[in-house]
Amino acid sequence: MSILEISDLSLSFGGVKALQEVSFRVPENTVTTIIGPNGAGKTSLFNCISGFYKPQQGTIRYQGKDLAGTRPPARAALGLARTFQNIALFRGMTVLDNIKLGAHVHMKSGLLGSLMYFGAARREELAIREEVERRIIDFLEIDHIRRQPVASLSYGLQKRVELARALAMRPKVLMLDEPVAGMNREEKEDMARFILDIREEWGVTVLMVEHDMGMVMDISDHIAVLNFGQVITEGLPAEVQKNPEVIRAYLGNSDIDSLRKKLNPDREAA
Amino acid sequence: MRIGDAKQTYQADEAIWTSSTQKFWFSLLLLILLVFPFLANAYLLYLGCLVGIAVISTTGLNILTGFTGLISLGQAGFMGVGGYTVAWLSLNTGLPFPVALLLAGLMAAAVGILVGLPSLRVKGLYLAIATLAASVFLHFIFAEWEPVTGGMAGLSLEPAHLFGFTFQSDFRMYFIIVPLAVLMVFAARNVFRTRVGRAFIAIRDRDISAEILGINLLRYKLMSFALSSFYAGVAGGLFAYFYRVVTPESFPLAMSIFYLAAVIVGGMGNLLGGILGAAFMTLVPEILKLLTAALTPFYPNAPVFMSPMLEIIFGALIVGFLIFEPHGLAEIWHRIRRFFSLWPFRN
Repeated sequence: MSILEISDLSLSFGGVKALQEVSFRVPENTVTTIIGPNGAGKTSLFNCISGFYKPQQGTIRYQGKDLAGTRPPARAALGLARTFQNIALFRGMTVLDNIKLGAHVHMKSGLLGSLMYFGAARREELAIREEVERRIIDFLEIDHIRRQPVASLSYGLQKRVELARALAMRPKVLMLDEPVAGMNREEKEDMARFILDIREEWGVTVLMVEHDMGMVMDISDHIAVLNFGQVITEGLPAEVQKNPEVIRAYLGNSDIDSLRKKLNPDREAA
Repeated sequence: MRIGDAKQTYQADEAIWTSSTQKFWFSLLLLILLVFPFLANAYLLYLGCLVGIAVISTTGLNILTGFTGLISLGQAGFMGVGGYTVAWLSLNTGLPFPVALLLAGLMAAAVGILVGLPSLRVKGLYLAIATLAASVFLHFIFAEWEPVTGGMAGLSLEPAHLFGFTFQSDFRMYFIIVPLAVLMVFAARNVFRTRVGRAFIAIRDRDISAEILGINLLRYKLMSFALSSFYAGVAGGLFAYFYRVVTPESFPLAMSIFYLAAVIVGGMGNLLGGILGAAFMTLVPEILKLLTAALTPFYPNAPVFMSPMLEIIFGALIVGFLIFEPHGLAEIWHRIRRFFSLWPFRN
């Protein structure tokens, strides 16, 4: 059963075709990864799913429902959460406030309630605080920095806080745009462990874009390969690894041809 | 040095004052504010009232510009809407002052929402120009809509009253203005420890990711405009009760700039900064005047030299703050606090 189904998605900016009839499925409760060379359209695809870009053609179905015409805030309320390639935290706020912001759509208090604070607004705030503390801050091991402003944190920790904020959205599908880019080995291992735990313990489907092949092959259940805005192949990590088109996409056309010539000169000549 | 800051409940951790030291100093401040009118002379009392009104309006603008990141040059216009509403109500209905002030705030909020509509499309300087246009437009209405606003001559109003008690002196107005200022600053503080305030800051810091988190940008930008203008409207209403006359020239464009400067000098996105900025902007020109008076016995020509210099010194002070303390007066306060919370250790 697939929670997210993308079919025939095309997106172009002027003459540039960012996505061409992209179709693939994200099976429920898996770690699905989109890989592909730079400029292949991975982030554009993410932006279509979050609702920033309007594709000219094709549909995105989430839990069987077409998402066309649903604005980004409404998609968040449906359970689509994401992180960004270049961290998009709110720098002026503390870690705790950033994470609480993730729960925005699950809270109700309005302007008047906020001004008064006592009563319903406070009950709601305290409930969210407790949920954030117990489920997220403990889980991601960031309790030592909860009072710190985000701007003062290291890159790896900021990525972790962004993940925490996405988790506070109580997502059904968590989209991670390059979750381990720029991290050291230890931080990468931590992040991989968190992603696996999120899938297993929280039952969240993870859709991620990542360049670190070691990690992708280790933790993905399903991989889709994108090149020049088209899906070349999708399947299990082992299948994708062997696919000649994937190798060509990564190594380039000329390389594989010359490689082949060197290997069997007779057959090429014949 | 303070140690042992452990909390048993989340409620204790989310409180505004988290230590007894803070509670003590705040109670002391309230006490001073309470005793002040009984000790102060007429001039200081007058200044106290002006600072109170400025604190309300600056806090309002801080919500919009400092916390939500929407620059507005419409503050004087919104205050004017509040001022004229109070004046009109006073002349035509005789409502008691709390009702009149509430209506003044709501009226200004309604106008604020209209003025804020372009904010979904335009940001930064462009929004500043759009609000500037609104301000000019409001000024035009104040001057020309004679049947309601009294035209250039303006409106004179009766003193504020409640249950037959009238507030005709500065001394009595102080007891409306200052408690209201304290209450409204606390209300603003509450906003910023709940969902709505976080949404405002999120829009300021990164509006695209705010949208991804499910924050409806238009809704919250307009909410910020409404709240900010409500504060301005109440401040304008108090202004009308305080001077008991409103004319189009009571709310000049320079006033909008005054409040923007107060927010910037005090510290954008910091409620304490708004308070300090309002006090600074109101009091420094007065202090400079006092200095001139003090110099006159020694240099009889001092007023001749100093009076044109006042504006320049005032401007230079603002520029100095922007250069040497870009986070505003609030940052100075935080430094002092850090020093004492570590004292007697150096770091």
